[in-house]
Amino acid sequence: MIETRQLTKRYGDFTAVDAISFKVEPGQVLGFLGPNGAGKSTTMKMVAGFLAPTSGGATVAGFDIERQPLEAKRVLGYLPEGAPSYGEMTVREFIEFIADVRGLSGERRFQRIDDSVARLHLERVLEQPIDTLSKGFKRRVGLAGAILHDPKVLILDEPTDGLDPNQKQEVRTLINSMARDKTIIISTHLLEEVHAVCTRAIIIAGGRVLADATPSELEARSRYHQAVSLTANDLQQAKEALAKVADIAAIEIDPQDNRITAFPKPGRSIFVAVGDALKAQNVAVRELELEAGRLDEVFRTITQGAAGKEART
Amino acid sequence: MSGTMTIFRRELRSYFSTPVAYVFIVIFLLLSGAFTFYLGNFYERGQADLQAFFTFHPWLYLFLVPAVSMRLWAEERKTGTIELLLTLPITMWQAVFGKFLAAWAFIAIALALTFPIWLTVNYLGSPDNGVIFASYLGSLLMAGAFLAIGSCLSASTRNQVVAFILTVVICFLLLLAGYPLVLDAIRAIAGQGVADAISGLSFLTHFASISKGVIDLRDLVYFVLMIGVWLYATAVVIDMKKAA
Repeated sequence: MIETRQLTKRYGDFTAVDAISFKVEPGQVLGFLGPNGAGKSTTMKMVAGFLAPTSGGATVAGFDIERQPLEAKRVLGYLPEGAPSYGEMTVREFIEFIADVRGLSGERRFQRIDDSVARLHLERVLEQPIDTLSKGFKRRVGLAGAILHDPKVLILDEPTDGLDPNQKQEVRTLINSMARDKTIIISTHLLEEVHAVCTRAIIIAGGRVLADATPSELEARSRYHQAVSLTANDLQQAKEALAKVADIAAIEIDPQDNRITAFPKPGRSIFVAVGDALKAQNVAVRELELEAGRLDEVFRTITQGAAGKEART
Repeated sequence: MSGTMTIFRRELRSYFSTPVAYVFIVIFLLLSGAFTFYLGNFYERGQADLQAFFTFHPWLYLFLVPAVSMRLWAEERKTGTIELLLTLPITMWQAVFGKFLAAWAFIAIALALTFPIWLTVNYLGSPDNGVIFASYLGSLLMAGAFLAIGSCLSASTRNQVVAFILTVVICFLLLLAGYPLVLDAIRAIAGQGVADAISGLSFLTHFASISKGVIDLRDLVYFVLMIGVWLYATAVVIDMKKAA
């Protein structure tokens, strides 16, 4: 479990993290979203015990990160931003070093090293110096180090940055497979990642929490939630058909591909009505989609709205 | 304690997995040889001792030790590994001490590799090996003090060149403080008491008295204190950066 209370970090006059409080329970995967410089990494660095908060505090599995740092760090696996590791060491040396520091010994040591190496597919590069590896491998070496002691709590700062789509998928599968009994925080700018791995998302901008909800709740805030999009052979005919649906509040047409999006009046559902209207007018439709909501749009609205407010005050 | 040893082993091994270690050792041996034979007139003195060898150690260390210490923390900060290191379950003190010990052991290895000169002097005559042993001990302690200063200054910047220059300057001042020329000038201006106080702070004074073969507790305490204080300062600097 991770809990922060009014966690704050100030650099002179600049407030990087402004009184952030949240609580993550085992089994939850919390996604930190936010523009660059929003305070995601700073928050993670404080929870991991690398930076000392200006005020407020954080506990990891019940241990206060400032008063019981060693206990907290023992139950925590942390992947810093950019996955730094000692470049002159080979992958094996690096992993064995982490195992030594973590005090792994005997049978468990072998087991854990084998497990982490296998999970991140590092077998082929074990004897190579880390400096000679590709960006994707370096990131995976860092991840292997973070999960080596099978920690109860994992904090991963941009775990899939620099990976190719296949590797991204593998890391997401890895996180999902560990999610059941662990408390996990990841940060990312990839909104599709929130869907793929997170059970909960916090949007941060300007050091403040702007939203804290499940990915589908966030989508429900989108203008596109419950909207219907379609592509018709005859644009004019389709527009006329849609004009007859009473619950449609607005229609937008994408100028690039002529895709029509119909937005419902608040609280109404238009999917069935749109389908019926199109059929009644014999409009030929190439595709028809009920939108769940667009996370990128919600993200933009929330974070830019906050920036706008800040600019005015 | 095991945390310190783990850091120590990793650090020491990393010296030898890059060319830095070998370059350092070769230059150290070449320079110490050159100083001894050309500047120190090892043969011409016609004495079976290693005075000519040890006299130049402070000046040799002045440039070579900061070259070792500059990377101790500055490199970790630059590459970001400091974040990894300080979020592992070890104390700040274990990290600071483990790194320092590894650098010190590395210099000890370089110093031990000067053994041929000890063999030479024993072949040529019958030197007082007690004095030579004391001189080696003094030299090692002095290197430790240089290193501890370098460790602190390396922790205060992410730029290795800055760390190097600052360390050279501070060590140079600490050396000068024991140089007869400087001390005479100070004595003339400020009197004997001040001159004694300043020379008491100098590496040179304490190293000279150990290398005469007299292992005085005061000299040992001086170097141990010097190392302790600067390592403590290292931990304080890192803690300050953490809270900055």
